[in-house]
Amino acid sequence: MAHTHAAHAQDHSHDHGNEHEHHLPFWRKYIFSVDHKVIGVQYTVTALVFLFIGFSLMMIMRYQLAYPGSPIPVIGQFLGEPIVGKTADGGYVMTGDGYNMFGAMHGTIMVFLGIVPLAVGGFGNFVLPLQIGAPDMAFPRLNMASYWVFLPGGLLMLASFFMTGGAAASGWTMYPPLAVTAANGETMWLLAMVLLITSSLLGSINFIVTTVQLRVPGLSFFRLPFFTWTQLVTAFLLLLAFPPLEAAAVMQLMDRVFDSSFFMPSGLVVSGVMQDQLAGGGSPLLWQHLFWFLAHPEVYVLILPALGIVGDIVANNTRKPLWGYRALVHAVLFVGFMSFIVWAHHMFMTGMGTTISTFFQATTMIISVPSVIILTCLLISLWGASIRFTVPMHFALAFIPMFGIGGLTGLPLGLTAADIHLHDTYYVIGHFHYVVAPGTIFAMFAGIYFWFPKVTGRKMNDLLGKIHFWPSFIAINGVFMPMLFMGMAGVLRRQFDQTEQLHGATVHGLTLMSSWSAWLLGVAQIPFIINFFWSIFAGKKVGENPWEATTLEWSAPSPPPHGNFAGTPVVVCGPYEYSVPGHERDYLMQAGKMEA
Amino acid sequence: MGSSAEEIRSHVKVYLMIFAALLVLTLVTVGVSFLNVSIPMAIAIALVVAGIKGSLVACYFMHLISERGFVFWVLGICVVFFFALMFLPLITTHNHPLSIFIESVSGQRIGS
Amino acid sequence: MTRMYNGKFGLWLFLTSEVMLFGALFSTYVLLRVGAPPGTWPMYGLTAPQGDQILSVPLATVNTVFLITSSVTMVMAWASLKMNEFAKGRIYLLVTFLLAGGFLVIKYFEYKSKLTHHQVILREAPPGEIASAISSVEVPGAVGKSTLYYVNGHVTEQNDEFIKIIPDAKAGEKAAAAGDGHGHEVKIDQTLVRRSTVWGPQASTYLAIYFTMTGLHGLHVIGGMIVILYLYLTAAGWWKRMPEKLVNRVECTGLYWHFVDLVWIFLFPVLYLL
Repeated sequence: MAHTHAAHAQDHSHDHGNEHEHHLPFWRKYIFSVDHKVIGVQYTVTALVFLFIGFSLMMIMRYQLAYPGSPIPVIGQFLGEPIVGKTADGGYVMTGDGYNMFGAMHGTIMVFLGIVPLAVGGFGNFVLPLQIGAPDMAFPRLNMASYWVFLPGGLLMLASFFMTGGAAASGWTMYPPLAVTAANGETMWLLAMVLLITSSLLGSINFIVTTVQLRVPGLSFFRLPFFTWTQLVTAFLLLLAFPPLEAAAVMQLMDRVFDSSFFMPSGLVVSGVMQDQLAGGGSPLLWQHLFWFLAHPEVYVLILPALGIVGDIVANNTRKPLWGYRALVHAVLFVGFMSFIVWAHHMFMTGMGTTISTFFQATTMIISVPSVIILTCLLISLWGASIRFTVPMHFALAFIPMFGIGGLTGLPLGLTAADIHLHDTYYVIGHFHYVVAPGTIFAMFAGIYFWFPKVTGRKMNDLLGKIHFWPSFIAINGVFMPMLFMGMAGVLRRQFDQTEQLHGATVHGLTLMSSWSAWLLGVAQIPFIINFFWSIFAGKKVGENPWEATTLEWSAPSPPPHGNFAGTPVVVCGPYEYSVPGHERDYLMQAGKMEA
Repeated sequence: MGSSAEEIRSHVKVYLMIFAALLVLTLVTVGVSFLNVSIPMAIAIALVVAGIKGSLVACYFMHLISERGFVFWVLGICVVFFFALMFLPLITTHNHPLSIFIESVSGQRIGS
Repeated sequence: MTRMYNGKFGLWLFLTSEVMLFGALFSTYVLLRVGAPPGTWPMYGLTAPQGDQILSVPLATVNTVFLITSSVTMVMAWASLKMNEFAKGRIYLLVTFLLAGGFLVIKYFEYKSKLTHHQVILREAPPGEIASAISSVEVPGAVGKSTLYYVNGHVTEQNDEFIKIIPDAKAGEKAAAAGDGHGHEVKIDQTLVRRSTVWGPQASTYLAIYFTMTGLHGLHVIGGMIVILYLYLTAAGWWKRMPEKLVNRVECTGLYWHFVDLVWIFLFPVLYLL
């Protein structure tokens, strides 16, 4: 068991009295474990299940969009009221309420239960301590608590489907007064969010303290792998941006449960009835400010870990250091900072003052600069490279143009004038899905294929990986590219029947293309699911460093034991010492030596 | 962290002095509220006095005055974002940023 | 780089998130107050500053003194332990706990007095026999201004047909009428009533933000008290085995506790005096 020499790790060492880990009972070794690797796997598996659920919601919604008013085949009968209504001839058609419910929950589940737990809770937890040479996180028990608050939060969120009124149906953005007055599962959503935010808070404290305090000797900040940097900045975003949403969630809960008027304006009329039993005087815009104060940094939480994963994989598979490492680091720091002062670009259409709108437009334009810098560095890293087309590299390479499209399509939305036309249209949906779906999720797949050997000691099958990649890549573009055009044609989001309006009916062909591509995308995940489970048991066994990579995690056994390293790694160089002139091998391990 | 017992004893004297200062400032806070000043003035005075009291607690009880390094950066960034959260939403309700302080600067309110 | 042990650094990070949490609530206060239609802040018919109209400034001042003192005893607890004076340190922890308890007791009485106080708002101008007890205020309506008829006081009886309320003295009136600051009991027909609530979060946005901020602060006080009690009870064991760890834990708890005091230092003038 490694006794870390890092100066500030005193607090935990005596708590590891139980160092002979094989003496721990099953429930303490695998269920309520304090080992960051077990917790990372728990987060990953849970998040993948939630992603599957969130994706399934969308596949059902896409049927209603493609064939409005048609009974949903096969699954319709299992959905129940109020999601579907029964037609005269016995078919189950999606109701408007059901569509809204699925839509709100799709967004919520994918963002809060899927991507962030996977990118941060899964990858961050497993890889970060290894990449800094630490035996575990700074606060292992806090880490465990973080997962075990996340899981009930997630389950509570899902349970809302089965309560009276169903799940929340006011969008993942939960704007009042609708979200306050709706008779659906908004209360449950708010309670679940309080749990999820708490879990995130505990985790982010852990990540920051760990990265700052537990680095091994020689690992200065500018020798950290890019992945570690992105996780550090992400942790700061989570730490400082979530609390206002927690406050807002408490206030909306009070509006719903105690009839307060934080967000309820005076003179509100709902369904023809004046709401004069309320005090009034509140502000729906207050919610929007507090929500977007989190939700904008949140989207950077979604993309930063992905950029980190792609960076590490690109360096590894180009056999060159990342181009512009210092620029990359400064860019992510700048992005992190700027992300806190752009939020009102989601509110351009709310009638804000012109000066302040211009301010937010300016900051939004400015924040695109570091994003472009990051992408450019990743792109230039490919120049003159000897590219190894491994499966992780397939996904990492695809990420680059996909994130390019996603990022560039954001620019018109950040300009107040263009946003007048594009706000709340399918263009927005196309934009953010390009960043998150062929962007982040592809990076997640890349990371899974890349680190699977470290976690399990076995490699995933390459052929199945490529069979997973190509249809996914084509289909995912088929889903989201049409949306950019539909949005420009004026089709609004969150409508369960786009054909009710002429411009929606005219471009219905694009909707059909999206839907069929989405179902194809679903089918394309089957090779991945098979590969994932099969490889756990029968994948090709590998050693410490199957990818011939340089960063510290590849100096540990696969899988690493409790305590991670045989001794204490001492870092002697930067994270991407590939193809260094004068050396026989085309890579130098960052861990120069292992101290006992 | 190896402060000697003597050092801590001298700190104790400081703690007691700060305690006295805080009590006095509390009385000032309440006393000032009885003065007949305009609302913006009252807000300014209250926040300044509270700011002084808060700084005393932070610097001496929370030992910030003897801290160095990274923590200041973290706290500094936090303060920046705190002010962003306090002022930016407020500015969105006015056409001109300064009109939240000065009525006459094209101070048409837009309504919440 | 930080020159701090892990726990302390972690706690400072936690405090930054708490600054953002309470910051959001202060921002809410500002937006709600600036956006309140005239005549409605802090409540219908009352004007800012609320002075002693809704909340009791003397009680809150005592609470402020309690918390400031508890902050001092908390740092003295840490200093005593650092100077190897275990018994003194432990006593200071206990005093901190008791002062915090005193804070909560006063808070209980504050809340109780609000939640047993009522406001009744009428649909229209009151009939002659009760008109003298009812106050009115002009508020912006859907079209121009409208008059709002209301009465604040203590409800003695309430059912589906009527509400019996002893009105508070109206602003400016002497308290002579019933000798204790209240008028005679008035009976109001439920058909006249638009809304009847206690002085709770539903009564006005001011009370809503008051209860939310002080409630959340109160929860933080309770949380701190639990930890301080735990330290007090287990201190002897830690002092024997790992005294430095106890000192550090007390220091970290102190940081949290000072923050709780800090929040109140701002809450007090904002909610009670402005």
